[in-house]
Amino acid sequence: MSEGVKKFLYVNRKAPHGTIYALEALEVVLIGAAFEQDVELAFLDDGVFQLVKGWDTSDLGSKNFAPTYMALGDFEVTKVFVEKESLDERGLTADDLMELMYEDEDDDWAEKPSIRIVSREEMARIMAANDVILSF
Amino acid sequence: MKLGIVVNEGPYTHEASDTAYNFAVAALEKGHEIYRIFFYHDGVNNATRLTVPPQDDRNIQQKWTELQEKHDLDLVVCIAAAQRRGILDENEMKRQGKDAYNIAPGFRISGLGQLIEAGIQCDRLVTFGD
Repeated sequence: MSEGVKKFLYVNRKAPHGTIYALEALEVVLIGAAFEQDVELAFLDDGVFQLVKGWDTSDLGSKNFAPTYMALGDFEVTKVFVEKESLDERGLTADDLMELMYEDEDDDWAEKPSIRIVSREEMARIMAANDVILSF
Repeated sequence: MKLGIVVNEGPYTHEASDTAYNFAVAALEKGHEIYRIFFYHDGVNNATRLTVPPQDDRNIQQKWTELQEKHDLDLVVCIAAAQRRGILDENEMKRQGKDAYNIAPGFRISGLGQLIEAGIQCDRLVTFGD
């Protein structure tokens, strides 16, 4: 870890609609990108719903911010941890999730998936390994 | 320790603001430094000077204002969250063409960068929310 760079983990536990936490959390991620820290995202509990593909907000009358998740790779977010138990508990699988990608600058800009499905136990280890936890 | 505090809920509806306040007081008593207190989501509603809470209960906004003054704290209200919820300072009132502003003394409106910076500068960032 270089001088002055900390590991930031953004924890998302809430569904994309019903409350504003998901949207406003994303806004922090985007603005935070300018600070060039080491950023990881975690999705657990109802937060896993944020990554489910095929949002249709046309009857809601509120902003469809699903495209923002697809753009996370452009903001140098390469690690998106999704908790397996949270998926299982909600009847979801990896196939239900958006295909978030990033371009690996160390591998000729090859496109790679950002989502890593991890166990609850691994998630605890990921949290412990981060310096700054932002939870919304 | 250099501490950052994040308050994600407004006064009264959630106890988060009370708990954050009590934590701040305890930390200061123990000799810790509070680098910044950042108000996000509905937390920005702690910063309106227009509340008139019942007299037989605590006045949360006033407690924050007094704490800020006593310890010269940096109480920052996120501008994006504040705009959404109608917390304005005089500058914002003029900028946005509104006919009033309502920010309480001791709070300042600034960007989300202040939250990230607090994360970078502090030994610990502690969040109070729902």
